[in-house]
Amino acid sequence: MRSGVIDKPLASARPQPKPRLLAAWTVGVYAFLYLPILVLIAMSFNDSKILALPFKGWTGAWYRLALNDQALRNSLLNSLQVAAAATGLATLLGLLAAFAIYRYAFFGKNTFRIAVTLPILLPGVVTGVAMLAYFSDLGFDLSLGTVILGHLVFGLPVAMGPILARLGQFPQALEEAAYDLGALPRQVFFGVVFPYIRSAVFSGALLAFTLSFDEVVVTIFLTGRENTLPMEIWARLRTDITPEIAAASTFVLLVSTAFVLLNQWVSARE
Amino acid sequence: MTLLYFVPLLILISYSVWRLDYLEVVHEFSLKNFETIFGSSTYRTIILRTLATSLGVTLIDIVIALPVGFFIARYGGRYRTLLTLLVILPLWSSYLVRVFAWKIILGYNGVLNSALLSLGILEQPSQLFLYNSFSTMLTFVHVWLPFMILPVITAFERLPGELLEVSSDLNASPLTTFRRVALPLVTPGVLAGSISVFALTLGDFITPSLVGGPGGIQLGNVVSSQFGVVYNWPLGAAFTLVIILIVFSLLSLALKRGALESL
Repeated sequence: MRSGVIDKPLASARPQPKPRLLAAWTVGVYAFLYLPILVLIAMSFNDSKILALPFKGWTGAWYRLALNDQALRNSLLNSLQVAAAATGLATLLGLLAAFAIYRYAFFGKNTFRIAVTLPILLPGVVTGVAMLAYFSDLGFDLSLGTVILGHLVFGLPVAMGPILARLGQFPQALEEAAYDLGALPRQVFFGVVFPYIRSAVFSGALLAFTLSFDEVVVTIFLTGRENTLPMEIWARLRTDITPEIAAASTFVLLVSTAFVLLNQWVSARE
Repeated sequence: MTLLYFVPLLILISYSVWRLDYLEVVHEFSLKNFETIFGSSTYRTIILRTLATSLGVTLIDIVIALPVGFFIARYGGRYRTLLTLLVILPLWSSYLVRVFAWKIILGYNGVLNSALLSLGILEQPSQLFLYNSFSTMLTFVHVWLPFMILPVITAFERLPGELLEVSSDLNASPLTTFRRVALPLVTPGVLAGSISVFALTLGDFITPSLVGGPGGIQLGNVVSSQFGVVYNWPLGAAFTLVIILIVFSLLSLALKRGALESL
């Protein structure tokens, strides 16, 4: 401590901004972010028919109930199908869009970039009702197919983001060298460019999947008779809240957490 | 993309100038929907309430996020990555589920009430916690907070620490340093977060319908009911256009201040 006092220049002898106060604030904010989630998880294991304290001991009964609930199971399968299809399409189109922005300095490149990002800037309800009006004008029946197209719209910018960022760092000399060595465009793409951006493609796809798996707002407007898992949860929340739904919700949280952790791990390895 | 997003947007806008006649959409230009919206005091109140809620939520989130961003960027040290990850996780997690969590906590038979009862603070459960503007604000502030903290952390990380030291060496008080040096430099990050939080609140109907009061409906609720049970698509489309215009005007304001890169 003594050396600290001696080393301190005169100007800093005034009271420093107190990190302790800031630290306490930060801890409080993290508690605010996580406590509700922890309460939900704890309640989903609570051996009690109502979602309230006191905590009566641990049980897996609500999870068993949710697993055996046919409607929940169907909606989970629907969610997985929708998320897989929307992610596949979003990643493919995101890859093409990222290349278009990166490769060709076409007119209105920035406008194009903002336009592609628009679906995640505008509230989901706008996307939802706009596509509902569109599909109805085209005479499409609402189904999981229309939900997939809806999820594609906001999945595309999410999938494109990491790819575009990685392409920005791509050393173009590598590409030129490959061409000089006589590689075909197809070989250059799969042998040189794609390995460089592969983890970014994967990371964007993981985020697109997470978004689609959790989505309710666009889905509400675009789904027909079939429900996705978040839709099923939403429908039941409006009438009755049960520990079973808390268990299903915890499961949804778990899936998105796993995907985001995987995404962070993939990007951290680079 | 054009086919899937911009054509639908154009169709939606065209709906807003059509009108409904005996459950049939009449394809004829009129501004009747906008007259209905701005001529009715109920609708005007809803628009103003939504704007006030969005603004309030945004400001509260800014106040909460600034110290956190500053702390993590300056004193986070080796925990910085972990702390940032802990903000990213809830950002991508289902917000429906997090709204549900507040319903469990604040409800009449909820966790908060049962805890207060068992502690002897309350004699009987209070109805004050749920289904009012307090629970709506609280839930909004919670669910959108990560969208504010993340760009604010990034903004503070870009801020050179020497600048703050120089300012303090020149005898500026910590408050002056914050206000005159740090704040202007992190403004793009704050603006980026504000756009997200404001737009997300503006169009939401999940939170007001799950934890809001009967008199607390917002623009998003009106849109969803016009496209749902009420089945007046032209009026709903006009309301959506109001939302789009508000977001666009804020976006253009923010773009002028250089927030695009932080979005």
